[in-house]
Amino acid sequence: MNVDWLFFFEISLAGLGTGGLYALTGLAFVIIYKATRVVNLAIGDMLMIGAYLFFAFSAGMGLPLWIAIPAALLSMGAIGALVERTIIRPMLGESPISSFMVTVGLSSILVGLVELIWTADQRRLPDFMPTKPIQIGEAFLAPKTFYGFWVAVVLIVIVLLVFRFWRGGVALRATASDQGAAYSMGINVPRVFSLSWSLAAVIAGVAGIVVGAIGGISSSMGIFGLSVLVVVIFGGLDSVLGALVGGLLIGLIEAWTGTYLGGEYKLLATFSLLVLILLIRPYGLFGTHDIERL
Amino acid sequence: MRIGSAKQSYLADQALFDSTPQRAWFGVLLLALVAFPFMANEYWLYLACLVGLNIVSTTGLNLLTGYTGLVSLGQAAFMGLGAYTVAILQVRYGSPFLLNLLAGGIVAMLGGILVGLPSLRVKGLYLAIATIAAGFMTHFLFAHWAGITGGNGGMTVPPARLFGAELDTSFRLYWVIAPIMILMVFGAANLFRTRIGRAFIAIRDRDISAAVLGIPLMPYKLMSFAISSFYAGVAGGLFAYFFRVVTPESFPLLMSIFFLAAVIVGGMGTISGSIFGAIFMTLVPELLKLIVGWLPLGDNATLVLSPVRTIVFGSMIVLFLIFEPHGLAEIWRRIRRLFHLWPFRT
Repeated sequence: MNVDWLFFFEISLAGLGTGGLYALTGLAFVIIYKATRVVNLAIGDMLMIGAYLFFAFSAGMGLPLWIAIPAALLSMGAIGALVERTIIRPMLGESPISSFMVTVGLSSILVGLVELIWTADQRRLPDFMPTKPIQIGEAFLAPKTFYGFWVAVVLIVIVLLVFRFWRGGVALRATASDQGAAYSMGINVPRVFSLSWSLAAVIAGVAGIVVGAIGGISSSMGIFGLSVLVVVIFGGLDSVLGALVGGLLIGLIEAWTGTYLGGEYKLLATFSLLVLILLIRPYGLFGTHDIERL
Repeated sequence: MRIGSAKQSYLADQALFDSTPQRAWFGVLLLALVAFPFMANEYWLYLACLVGLNIVSTTGLNLLTGYTGLVSLGQAAFMGLGAYTVAILQVRYGSPFLLNLLAGGIVAMLGGILVGLPSLRVKGLYLAIATIAAGFMTHFLFAHWAGITGGNGGMTVPPARLFGAELDTSFRLYWVIAPIMILMVFGAANLFRTRIGRAFIAIRDRDISAAVLGIPLMPYKLMSFAISSFYAGVAGGLFAYFFRVVTPESFPLLMSIFFLAAVIVGGMGTISGSIFGAIFMTLVPELLKLIVGWLPLGDNATLVLSPVRTIVFGSMIVLFLIFEPHGLAEIWRRIRRLFHLWPFRT
């Protein structure tokens, strides 16, 4: 078979572009999981809400970009905290399966809200990224994918730095590693819970705005979240590094299977990979392996 | 008035019905089920059939999720396997109705065992997400194995024939669906009077303890998947005969979520919960349709209905989990207790 290497390179780049967004959303997922031990199935729908809020502020109210984006992200933070306070906190101490199911319900509520307010039709976000095609070597790349990737990278770096140096980030890591110990060291654990949901919602919001700018927004955007679930299971639910590596890898695999086999093979390929990984390493590539005792 | 358990033998404790009044009430219920189709109109018969097949599938999922503690989001996939098997057998070979249903159940069961295999290594939420994969794989199979399944266009299923009668109306189908439902619900209830069912409960409560007690986890977890997907397969087969058309889109992830929601709303780990859950979740959308119809919305009504349905669906899951985690079965138990203790209060 004659492989067109330039073409292959181009799709790989595009795949990495999507992969960056997967990694970013995966990061939002991991933050929530680490701090609160909740598997958030609604991550894709939170991303969708972010995109729609931006749509409402920019196209709906006609605000300029530099107000619309922060406004959307601030609202996302508030929504994250609200969700945590109203439906996640009451589930404290319940089985992990119950809190997982709560997020399934949340996902349905969010989709319904979007359809009620904005209808299920596909819409376009206003263009805010440069439109000149990007050339890397001889390969051409869609500018939106390119800038989206860099937005993701910058945000991931910021989040990692925040985790490392900011007091709130340290509290978050402490809570993640041992809730009881964190409590006894004077960390306000419930507040860390709220913080983690807000932070994750803001990150999902950014991802949503970029994803929406690339592919348009609709009430079925939450499907993006399914790929993200594969990413985090692949990398390990509680591993930041896993989310990053998994995101890029799944992005690449989806791009390759999507181009060479056809779009409908994408989810099939990723989910087959997921099952395979689970059979070999049940806790993901970089996830913590819990040892259970009686 | 009754206080506490007055059982005097293990057999009495295991009995399906604890008391004679209960048996009598069950008789009344059976009579009502027999009388129902003669009094109901076409619309209610349609709903009754739908409820019936949903009860079968919900009971199956409850065996797996409520009793064995393995969360599955693949129920729709197994239903799809059953529905397609039935459709293919009916269209191509015209084989007898009951045989087709059985075959549908068995094919779904094999699928369930295949999907259950990871459950030997993966636990809890990892498993829940792994079962989502089942949905995508079966969808792919249905859409791409076009020579057999008819591809994206799906298949049209001719009406079932039983003893020479064509089951082409809800009225006639009711007489098939209702007995099958009763039989399968009883099968599930009986399962928990046997060693297998008891092992499932032990595994749910704490799998490592169960292993220490000498219950081999692997065979029992797989068995739970197998039985649960057999139920799903039969329900899927009924689905094929009921709607008379199956397409790859008939069995989306949302349908799996619907059944999991029915299990939660009804009550995890109770047989009556599966019944309540399936009835409630099937009828609430219809009720909503009525309410939205009354509201002065004009032409907007149909536009508003679908999102409102989605929101109510999600809110029900959330509210039940927060305020009534044991579901409708628990409410029902409290009502019964109220009557037992009357005139005293609990």
